Amino acid sequence: MSEPSGDVLLEISDLSLVFRTSRGPIKALNGVSLNVRAGEIVGIVGESGCGKSVTMMAATRLLPKGSAHITAGGIRLFGNDPMKLSERELQHVRGKLVSTIFQEPMNALNPTRRIGEQIVEIIRRHQRLDAKAATSKAIGLLRDMLISEPERIMQAYPFELSGGMRQRVLIAMAFSCEPKLIIADEPTTALDVTVQALILSLIKHKAASTGTAVVFISHDMAVVSQLCDRLYVLYAGRVAEAGTTASVLAAPAHPYTRALIRCLPGLVAPKQPLEQILGTLPDLLDPPAGCLFKARCREADERCKAVPPLAAIGAARRAACWRRIEETQSA
Amino acid sequence: MAVDGIGAPRQAVSRFREGRLWYRVKGSPLTLVGAAIALVVLFVIIAAPLLAPYPPDKISLSARLAAPSLQHVFGTDEVGRDLFSRVLFGARASCGIAFAIVILSTVIGSIIGCLSGVVGGIVDTAIMRLMDVFLALPALILAMALSAALGPSLFNAMLAVAVVRVPAYVRLARGQTLSLRNRTYVKASRSFGASPAYLLRWHILPNALSPIIVQATLDLGGTILTAAALSFIGLGAQPPTSEWGSMVSSGRNYFLDQWWYITFPGLAILISAMGFNLLGDGLRDMLDPRLGGR
Repeated sequence: MSEPSGDVLLEISDLSLVFRTSRGPIKALNGVSLNVRAGEIVGIVGESGCGKSVTMMAATRLLPKGSAHITAGGIRLFGNDPMKLSERELQHVRGKLVSTIFQEPMNALNPTRRIGEQIVEIIRRHQRLDAKAATSKAIGLLRDMLISEPERIMQAYPFELSGGMRQRVLIAMAFSCEPKLIIADEPTTALDVTVQALILSLIKHKAASTGTAVVFISHDMAVVSQLCDRLYVLYAGRVAEAGTTASVLAAPAHPYTRALIRCLPGLVAPKQPLEQILGTLPDLLDPPAGCLFKARCREADERCKAVPPLAAIGAARRAACWRRIEETQSA
Repeated sequence: MAVDGIGAPRQAVSRFREGRLWYRVKGSPLTLVGAAIALVVLFVIIAAPLLAPYPPDKISLSARLAAPSLQHVFGTDEVGRDLFSRVLFGARASCGIAFAIVILSTVIGSIIGCLSGVVGGIVDTAIMRLMDVFLALPALILAMALSAALGPSLFNAMLAVAVVRVPAYVRLARGQTLSLRNRTYVKASRSFGASPAYLLRWHILPNALSPIIVQATLDLGGTILTAAALSFIGLGAQPPTSEWGSMVSSGRNYFLDQWWYITFPGLAILISAMGFNLLGDGLRDMLDPRLGGR
């Protein structure tokens, strides 16, 4: 299987994770494998609750202590197992090597402190710069985010800015320590469509000019298709399909991927009624046997009573669907 | 580069802030009354020696229990001390001690509460159960028992009331910490590599502060009452210190014939306690995010 070259920054192999709750363990991730190489933009797609954010939060160990337990598999983040790092080492990794852009720009900034203080503080935590140098660096970052009058924004409090402005500030913060990897967790979900496009292009260009790898988490196929080199489709804590964006969009292999694409206006066939994916995610407290998409799949048959493996179905393509696997084998 | 979201000049922003504060204060005259009383009390505490016509301890046996007059605006007590001067100096003991108590219990309570919320687990449980024990006992009884055990003095009374007040702040600060800990900006800061101490100092404490300040202001009135009550039963300020509670206590023997002796210190307690309560109420209305005050 040929994949883009470059150092592997993040490698998640066969990761299973449960949340212990009073009602029993929720099997949030079930053998997820993915990797991210230097400089590429990787999309993780799926509907709410399918494990996108959990996967990436596990990688940076941001999940709440005590409730999440890794039951199988492992994570290598820059060659280290984040579960084995000390709190101090983790603090170095976070921000310096990998940083995160969150979904809700309205809540991701401290309301009691000025924008400038918050950016400068992050810069100075990880880089040896005096206050003046850090401030001018912060202003430069804001300017890169197409924020006019960055000097004034530095003095502003978060409530004075709009959602789009705040998200740009947060992107500037994420890039401020020149990390090798940025996790963007649905950064455009809370924003309106015109701002979305701007935010996406800002992330894309800044990442390209700094050579930063980006993991872009989204439920929106359209957004991912504009931005990502490769993508992983997650369903109910499993990877349903993986491959380059172009090949997945051109010929989606997993029925779930196809259904996601069919939900989009105009992406595949113009002037056709949009479809919805009937049903809901399976209950992860008590997941059904076999393929987890079986209940919602139109093509399900006898074979789907067994769990399909994530198998190679072509050049740089993998899918977890019996139909596709057998087609590949017989071809 | 014309993609900027806001175009309002800086000046407009600051004018908006001032306007909003004034608008809110104007809408609530009682808050203004409370604030005015609080300012007067503060002024009296600072300037008592300049305002008082006589030294508070100056005995004048020729003018014992004199009725209010131009010489003695509030009258005199059983050894001829000027009650007006004593009430003014009493603000130092009564309200000064209330400030000290509230500051002490707020600082101690907030620190314990934040730590309890951040550390969690067994430490948290142990601290909170201990606080429950304190809260289970009536505050005044506990304060009486503590100050009696420590020995009657103004300082010990202060310690006793402060200890009794701590659990309320612990609970408040812990609750705030627990809710703030899961805010996105705290998570975001963690994802940028912030240490727990930094999170506490810059993200949790400043944002937990406004309900704590409101609670502290509201408590000032109650604390003035509690401190006066302790002095009234002889567990607080000792004679000849001029303190409102102990003045009321010694004045009650003369209540039927010399009404002024008990009335003026009593009024001082009433008005200052009420003033701080009104101010606290108003502040809460202004700072409470659920009322749209942020």
